[in-house]
Amino acid sequence: MLELRDITKRFGDVLANDRVSLAVTPGTIHSLVGENGAGKSTAMRIAYGFYSADSGEVVVDGAPRKLGSPHDAIALGIGMVHQHFMLVETMTVAENIVLGVEPGGALALDLRAAGERVRDLSRSFGLQIDPEARVETLSVGQQQRVELLKALYREARLLILDEPTAVLSPQAVADLFRILRGMREQGKTIVIVTHKLSEVLEISDEVTVMRDGRVVGHRRTAETSAAELARLMVGRDVLLRVVKPAAKPGAPVLRVRDLSLQGAAGRRLDGVSFEVRAGEIVGVAGVEGNGQTELIDALAGLVDRRAVTGSIDLGGEDVTALPARGRNERGIAHVPEDRQRRGLLLDFDLAENAILGVDDRRPVAVGPGRSWLDREAIRRRAKKIVEAFDVRPPDLALPARSLSGGNQQKLILGRELELPPRLLLVAQPTRGVDIGGIEFIHRRLVELRDSGCAILLVSSELEEVTALSDRLLVMRQGRIVGEVDPARASTEEIGLLMTGGEAAA
Amino acid sequence: MKFLRELLFPLAAVVAAFLAGAVLVALVGDSPVRTYELLIGSALTWPDGIGYTLFYATPLIFTGLAVAVAFRCGLLNIGAEGQLIIAAFATAWAGITFAGWPAWLLIPLCFLAAALSGAAWGAIPGVLKARFGAHEVITTIMMNFIAAALASYFTQYHFKKPGDAILQTVPVGEGAHIARLGRFLPGFPERIPLNLAFPLALAAALLVYLFLWRTRWGYEIRATGASPAAAEYGGISTGRRIVLAMALSGGLAGMVAVNEVLGYRYRYYDGFSAGYGFTGIAVALLGRNHPVGVILASLLFGALLRGGLFVDIFTENVSKDLVQVLQAIIILFVAAEAMFRGPFARLSKKRV
Repeated sequence: MLELRDITKRFGDVLANDRVSLAVTPGTIHSLVGENGAGKSTAMRIAYGFYSADSGEVVVDGAPRKLGSPHDAIALGIGMVHQHFMLVETMTVAENIVLGVEPGGALALDLRAAGERVRDLSRSFGLQIDPEARVETLSVGQQQRVELLKALYREARLLILDEPTAVLSPQAVADLFRILRGMREQGKTIVIVTHKLSEVLEISDEVTVMRDGRVVGHRRTAETSAAELARLMVGRDVLLRVVKPAAKPGAPVLRVRDLSLQGAAGRRLDGVSFEVRAGEIVGVAGVEGNGQTELIDALAGLVDRRAVTGSIDLGGEDVTALPARGRNERGIAHVPEDRQRRGLLLDFDLAENAILGVDDRRPVAVGPGRSWLDREAIRRRAKKIVEAFDVRPPDLALPARSLSGGNQQKLILGRELELPPRLLLVAQPTRGVDIGGIEFIHRRLVELRDSGCAILLVSSELEEVTALSDRLLVMRQGRIVGEVDPARASTEEIGLLMTGGEAAA
Repeated sequence: MKFLRELLFPLAAVVAAFLAGAVLVALVGDSPVRTYELLIGSALTWPDGIGYTLFYATPLIFTGLAVAVAFRCGLLNIGAEGQLIIAAFATAWAGITFAGWPAWLLIPLCFLAAALSGAAWGAIPGVLKARFGAHEVITTIMMNFIAAALASYFTQYHFKKPGDAILQTVPVGEGAHIARLGRFLPGFPERIPLNLAFPLALAAALLVYLFLWRTRWGYEIRATGASPAAAEYGGISTGRRIVLAMALSGGLAGMVAVNEVLGYRYRYYDGFSAGYGFTGIAVALLGRNHPVGVILASLLFGALLRGGLFVDIFTENVSKDLVQVLQAIIILFVAAEAMFRGPFARLSKKRV
């Protein structure tokens, strides 16, 4: 029902879409995959009337259409669920849904009728959403369903979902896919923009692959494989599986005993104990927001120390009372979850980013009181990192902001490994990183492990954390609720631990 | 190349402000050409025009640097005015109390009094911010009132010559006077109050540059300003850097006292500051919080102050308030820079 014909869109010097053509068959689920910056989102925003194409046409129901704004797209039955939800948190579900298309006269707002319709829609698509509930009380997965309802309420026949699973737990993904299949059965057409191949294979009927602004392939899902799709996306053969020899764990490097963290609204960490030995990767799985971030921050020394109880021991030394820098000096490196906010000084150039954390140490700091920064030493250090980690473009004077997500991550990883670390804390190492970058980062982590470093890995990508880890801890509500062997445990088993079995029913 | 591009937007703002000002002048019935001739011409005559332009620019360099240093740490120091008032009073106090000391002792002492009192006054909001999260905009504004009231009080009741109708202290000792530049420059008369504080201000700009971009303290201050979360992640004690930046900022503002007390009036004079601390915010903004930019912006504002006096006297309808209008429009345009950025950015990109 939707067709893009020869769409070209240019942003300044960047050719975001280069003669993009794709056709979405009515009543199917269609995946649009590609690396970050491949032009998927641009193409879909053009289909939604958010951008207008420089040339080419958008065809809906067989006729070329002029989409001046999302309003036009909505009128044609196209709805879009953005990666970042556009909901007013303090308002109810029904109020959010009617926002912009309020029923009733100029002065009266007839929410009751709207509420009824929302209830009906929710029931017929199995969304289980209460129209009276306030959005801020809903889980992320439920908020996403409110966005779906918003589109359905506007009588969308075609729904575009931009990276819908990025923020969901495995169970919530399963729920979403169940809902999407139900919608397809009722005649809706769905386009999913994603870069996760396993999901493409699981949910979609057809798949279109983009690379560098162009469509490089179209397949029926049943007739393709992850390896073929990855090759199309990256333009070369990609190793999707993590290859790692068996771990040879040495002496314990990190010993955590009964670690708790008091937050404003209760305990964020609750009696956490575990150890990580040299030469092993210990993974932490869990639905986001169950204490993983706090665990990493507490170990890195980035939380209020007065709120911490328990002990952290690094190679026989108690580091519980040390600030972040003291821990860093003793060999704790940290690749943070939020690389844009935490890991980098986005407006500083690559060279200045390469010394974040070590600016008071030789050879970077020289002279009396180690007051002066040695620009030559900084440049050498940055150059070494950029070369060893293939950060592109390798221009040390560029601001970190101008790098792609994958290259930003490589810069951070390179900087942290330069310490060199005895213990690496790494959170969401490949979030927003393209396939080529993921492969590179995974390989580096395994190499680091084999060189004798202890690694604690937190990731909300279950596949990643099971593939990389030698041992896997599962966290829920600030507690470690289980340890499994990642080579043996099934996704269902881990998922049950993550959610405490609630979603099993 | 990068430097030139940085210069482009402030320059565009200044040009746009002058055009808008021309319209205003025409509206009140004077000739824009003649008014600008007066404004710019009188600021550039030798020796008086240039001498006074540099004299007026001197305190603005100090306050501009003060605001810029704080801003690089992510802090808006509205309190430079209070810091320089406290510093001026403290400097006068030192110069009066130790009036008998020889110059080689008294001048360094007075410098120290200026810098340390300003630094202390600036550090207080820094500590309040670092310890309790009190917003520095509020606290520095409050501290301005306290500074002005304290200085007035002590001047009135402890340091005034009995019977003096003007609210000012007795003069500082001769040994505290610093030389006017006329003493060193042939053909430059000593009646022009331009003094050693001006080269000192230029040196301060250089030191600020070296500090911010070549020392680890400066790096940590800039990192704290650019992203507190990233700075913390990098093991930087952001609270300490905030206090340091505010102290430094206050100290720089305090150096205004060298120009005003030691180089010009030789006493504390209540109300001596023509809002230098506040103009310093405009200077820093126009100068993009960079020492070189601060110097250039100070020279421009100094010239406007000088030229404004002549516009006031020699035109029918335009008063020296034109200068403030121009300053205001410049600031508006600088603040609305995003408006210019789009088209200009595209132009400069194509050239690359």
